[in-house]
Amino acid sequence: MTQTEQRQPISFAFLAQIILILNSFIMLYPVVVMVFSAFKTTGEIFEHPFALPDFTQVQNFARVLGETSMPTYFVNSIIVTGASIILILALGTMAGYAVARYESRTNTFVLLFFLAGLMLPLKLAVIPLFILLRDLNLLDSRWALIVTYTAIGLPSAVFIMAGFLRSLPAELEDAARIDGASEPRIMWSVMLPLARPPMAIAAIQNAVPIWNDFFFPLVFIQSDSAKTLPQGLTSFMGEYTTDWGMLFAGLTIAAAPITLLYIALSRQFIQGMTAGAVK
Amino acid sequence: MPVSPKQARTLKHRSWVAFLVIPPIVFMSLFVVYPILSAFAYAFYEWRGLARGEFVGLANFKEVLIGPIMGPVVWNAFLHNVYALVALMIIQNGGGFFLAWLLYKEPFGFRFHRVAVFVPVVLSTIIVGFLWKLFLNPNFGIVNQALFTVGLDSLAKPWLGDASTALGALILANAWHFVGFPTLVYLAGMQRIPSEIIEAARLDGTSEWQLLKNVIWPLVAPSTTILFTLLFIGAFNWFEIPYVMVGLDGSPYGTTDVLGLVFYRTAFGNQSASIQNFGQGSALATLLFLFIVVFASMLTLWLRRREIQF
Repeated sequence: MTQTEQRQPISFAFLAQIILILNSFIMLYPVVVMVFSAFKTTGEIFEHPFALPDFTQVQNFARVLGETSMPTYFVNSIIVTGASIILILALGTMAGYAVARYESRTNTFVLLFFLAGLMLPLKLAVIPLFILLRDLNLLDSRWALIVTYTAIGLPSAVFIMAGFLRSLPAELEDAARIDGASEPRIMWSVMLPLARPPMAIAAIQNAVPIWNDFFFPLVFIQSDSAKTLPQGLTSFMGEYTTDWGMLFAGLTIAAAPITLLYIALSRQFIQGMTAGAVK
Repeated sequence: MPVSPKQARTLKHRSWVAFLVIPPIVFMSLFVVYPILSAFAYAFYEWRGLARGEFVGLANFKEVLIGPIMGPVVWNAFLHNVYALVALMIIQNGGGFFLAWLLYKEPFGFRFHRVAVFVPVVLSTIIVGFLWKLFLNPNFGIVNQALFTVGLDSLAKPWLGDASTALGALILANAWHFVGFPTLVYLAGMQRIPSEIIEAARLDGTSEWQLLKNVIWPLVAPSTTILFTLLFIGAFNWFEIPYVMVGLDGSPYGTTDVLGLVFYRTAFGNQSASIQNFGQGSALATLLFLFIVVFASMLTLWLRRREIQF
């Protein structure tokens, strides 16, 4: 509408643009400095902190990958995040499917049970969880993290899956039932192939906080061989405190996978991560 | 109902539903319900390391709240959590609302700005904390280096070592990390407002400021409810940024101590004093839990009343 555009003075749009550019600069520049510094020696960082680096100097990266346990932490993060997401999706889809497709009083109770789980910050129950994991002999292993993250992520997955599965028309399963398909077969071959989009949302919503979590590894993990990236990063940062080139290279390597994935899939990331707060 | 009552009654059908429902329920009971209920129970016992001792009633709670050693530490930390909450409400959520309003008009470069503001949100708090710790280094960090470059040497400070700026620096690092989240949640809320409402207000000659205050702000109330509640829970669980940037003791001199750090020190000890007290730790966790549940519910109910259906 031309009328509304006329009323909006040009200076306002100009000011808004300046603020947005400034804000994006503040959001991105620290990340850029981190990456640039990773290509510099410590001396170069101290003397020319804002200068462009020589991008062929990759010795910091080579040292991080060759000398430190960073590759182990990296593999552990992939295993822990992957296993947790698989468990969250499997258990979340099972409960979500039952709640959505077989309505009964028991299943309403099941939904309320998971609703309560959505509200409870498990961080505050870390002491009993610590003792439980010790009794189950899972402490100081990747399993300690996998079961904890699955427990935290499960309620939201049940809600996302139940909400979506409920919206599928009953005719779909009725038709399959008339054809004589069993209930497991209906779920597996008819309904679940349609449920990929909510699964992707549940996966992203949980994968980012799990990949980034620091608190539970700090409490549960002692051995270097089971540490994930964020926790391993604290050991690494403590070890190389004065070697800033190494520190920035370590931070860059730790930040790279999720940042690149985000840039490639920004729409899905934003949708997934704000899914709990946007209806 | 997709399944007829006769079908539902068959044993085969029941065992199929049980197969779907029981594993997730057992998992949740074991790893969520049981630990949370135990957390309450543990607070009433004396603990010697990992072994549970005598039932001591409310002694742990008393020590945590008004004890000569723990009391002042806990209340000092609580105050800092409140500061962080108020400051982040203004900077992070308020800033997010403002940025969302600028983006809502879909200006030039809209898609770029939208992606850029969310970049820090996907990073691990550990990375953000270490990054800003290096940037705030008194001699070589880029913050002071930038001040030296423009000749404002007098403003340069050891930001994290100075008692007057340390907590503020942590709050700003947190706001940098998360401001993209409220921005995009508010933006989604604004985009859901029917365009007829905005057009009608504009035709009535409403000024931009009045439109923002009287139309947009009330209509994004559902976003405000959830964002303020999440921030409330987050502010009282605050742990990673302080842990990474200033350490377990909330240095300098406890000026950045928060309840998350106190809880961790009490329950799991630290390098300087490896004393574990699961009883007092559980009492602190229980009180914090009740505080968060009660106030977060009240906050949600109070904010929900402002919401308008459209």
